Amino acid sequence: MPALPGADCPPAELRRSGPGRASVRNAGQPALKDCPGRGLCGNIAAMHNEPTGGSPEKMDIHSEAFLHTLMRRQLKLSIACASTFLITLLGLPLANYFFPEAMAVRVAGFTLTWLILGVLFFPFVWIIAYAFIKRSIALEEAEVKEVAGEKVGK
Amino acid sequence: MNVDPYILVFSFVMVAGTVCMGFWTAKKSKTASDFFVAGRSVGVGMNASAISGEYLSAASFMGVAGMVMSSGYDALWYPVCYACGYLFLLLFIAGPLRRFGAYTIPDFAEGRFDSPLFRKIAVVFVLFIGFFYTMPQMKGAGTTLAYIFQDVDLRGGWLEFLAPHGAAGEAIKGFPYWAGVLIVGAVITLNVALGGMKGITLVQAFQYWAKMFAIAVPIFVLLAVYGHYGKQLGVNGDSAWDERKASPVMTTNGLNFVRDTNPAILNRKAVPDKAPADSTWLNPFGPLTTKAAKAAKLSPEESKPYSLLYTFSLIIAIVCGTAGLPHILVRFYTNPDGVAAKRTTMWVMILIGVFYVFPPVFGVLGRNLMPDLYTGLAGIKGTDQVVLKLPVLLNEKYAPLGSILSGITCAGAFAAFMSTFSGLLVSMTGALAHDVYGRILRPKSTPEQRMRMFKIGAVLIGGVAVVLGSFVEPLEINFMVGQAFAIAAASYFPLLFMAVWWRRLTMKGAAIGMLAGGVCALAAAALTNFSNLASDKGPMGKVFAGFAPLNDFWAAHPLLRILCEQPAIWAVPLAITLMIVVSKLTAKDIPADIRMKMLVLHAPEKLGLKQEYIQEHQGGH
Repeated sequence: MPALPGADCPPAELRRSGPGRASVRNAGQPALKDCPGRGLCGNIAAMHNEPTGGSPEKMDIHSEAFLHTLMRRQLKLSIACASTFLITLLGLPLANYFFPEAMAVRVAGFTLTWLILGVLFFPFVWIIAYAFIKRSIALEEAEVKEVAGEKVGK
Repeated sequence: MNVDPYILVFSFVMVAGTVCMGFWTAKKSKTASDFFVAGRSVGVGMNASAISGEYLSAASFMGVAGMVMSSGYDALWYPVCYACGYLFLLLFIAGPLRRFGAYTIPDFAEGRFDSPLFRKIAVVFVLFIGFFYTMPQMKGAGTTLAYIFQDVDLRGGWLEFLAPHGAAGEAIKGFPYWAGVLIVGAVITLNVALGGMKGITLVQAFQYWAKMFAIAVPIFVLLAVYGHYGKQLGVNGDSAWDERKASPVMTTNGLNFVRDTNPAILNRKAVPDKAPADSTWLNPFGPLTTKAAKAAKLSPEESKPYSLLYTFSLIIAIVCGTAGLPHILVRFYTNPDGVAAKRTTMWVMILIGVFYVFPPVFGVLGRNLMPDLYTGLAGIKGTDQVVLKLPVLLNEKYAPLGSILSGITCAGAFAAFMSTFSGLLVSMTGALAHDVYGRILRPKSTPEQRMRMFKIGAVLIGGVAVVLGSFVEPLEINFMVGQAFAIAAASYFPLLFMAVWWRRLTMKGAAIGMLAGGVCALAAAALTNFSNLASDKGPMGKVFAGFAPLNDFWAAHPLLRILCEQPAIWAVPLAITLMIVVSKLTAKDIPADIRMKMLVLHAPEKLGLKQEYIQEHQGGH
């Protein structure tokens, strides 16, 4: 596994060049040449599959665009998982309300609704949690790699 | 002294083991960071076990089984939502909260809004919710010890002054409730004062596995002897069983039906009239959710929409409440980083989910095998005792196996309220020592002084908890737990959710939303519970007699009663709406460096933004 960018370099130093915090450039710039892979603020737009107009934009990890993209991607993942969970959780009382006979069908002694709520619901939620964590960690790693200017195999 | 030796030995081993582990781990807790956040070095497996151990309280260990036995299907929402609430925590809160790197929730509140005032408000809520949650644990401790020593007679000896008193004020047989509260409170306070967060992490992790063992092993043995889960459930609502019931055969074990080979049918006893019928117990929209509609004398069909509303509100309260409990949230700060926080949450969900499969099985078995608990004659408090008493049935066939297993479940009950009380005490003591003392009263105090304050604070808060716990014997555990969840769902959950995901949230918006949501939820829930207590025939009925007319009002307005009894469905949206509206009106108060704060919350730690943020703050002040 390649060394993570900035792992052994002071982060503030990495991203401060010039007034404010909005001017760190891609890897290879003179100010950062001593730290391989320190171009933390590469082409963020390209990294997030946003239109770039064919030329690398000079954005940094402190920019509004970076924050917006970061939060949007994380929130999208969280909402997708939460929706799956909520549709099932809130759908079960509705199913009990509108289809009482179907939900009272016996399966191995259990009523269908008891089996779903009392037994099957737990592994269902574990699957959602597992999928979320896997994708969330992958998302974070991709963000770190892409910010560093590395190629990300997708 | 007529006490079951197995129960006594197992319970003693649990308490002694907890104390010994506390002393042992105390040697390892040396720094302030060890005391507050266990040095931020707790591994995923250990932390997940410790969080699970802390979360599974007396209500989970004993209350869920009792509630399933008394209310049937509707009570299943409790264990499911207790476990699934963690998903919301995982999806929206756990990672960002850990990345922010605060010690406590009030730290987060101040850091996110740059407001020392908001820290004070958050501290008050930590202590408020904490004490509400502590009281049912104390109640569990006092009740369990009273159960273990129910046959002890302290009258006539030198310990007579300890003997409990009956309604007429005369000394009676048994063990005083307050003594159980005092003993357990003292043991845990000692543990926390000695070892802080690092000390209790190992103890709580151990207690999770002790509880898991204590709930699972008796269930497997009981199912092996009396028939599996599906068979036990299958005899409820089984028309064939109803027909056999018409011609029961009396045996020494009670009403048995010896002509069937199915052990579940063979051993099922007739339920008393006081218990709900099979059809209402087994199916949705049963006794728990139709209480208000029944009081209003509505027909079953008319009751169903009200039951549906009740169910939805209950789900929101527990799911959001779980994600807003301060003593759970503070544990996420002990993870090394945000990724570890997420992995920990995943494992917590698995550990808790596996555990919560078992208490409902106890409830089902209790209904079939020990229905006399419905009458309250067989135990001290009826169905709440099913986990402790049911294994004793095995003595009929395999003595003393039943006593051994009952001893194990008693030890599990001890582990339940001890571990939860430990976590609450650390959370509240942390708020007192770190936020009140270290940030508000003595901002220039050294880490050593704060550590000393932590120890003093633990004794102080532990003492207050014991005193409060001594007074709540007449209150139901669920009453108090429900209050804590309702307040957390309508206060901390909206605060954390909005503060993490909405950058335009201002301090005034957050504070007003949190206060309005929390206080309204508390007031509404308390109102219905006070009116319930007014109907009590015991001493509490006299205390709350002034609320008796409310019951007539509820009977005429079942919708309002449900909205007050389960306020989350409107209190959570109210808090969020107020946060949005007030924040928009006070938009000028948005912190100047909000973008950086949000980056710290959301950017991967490997980008190093948090260190940069800290350096800037240190340089700037």
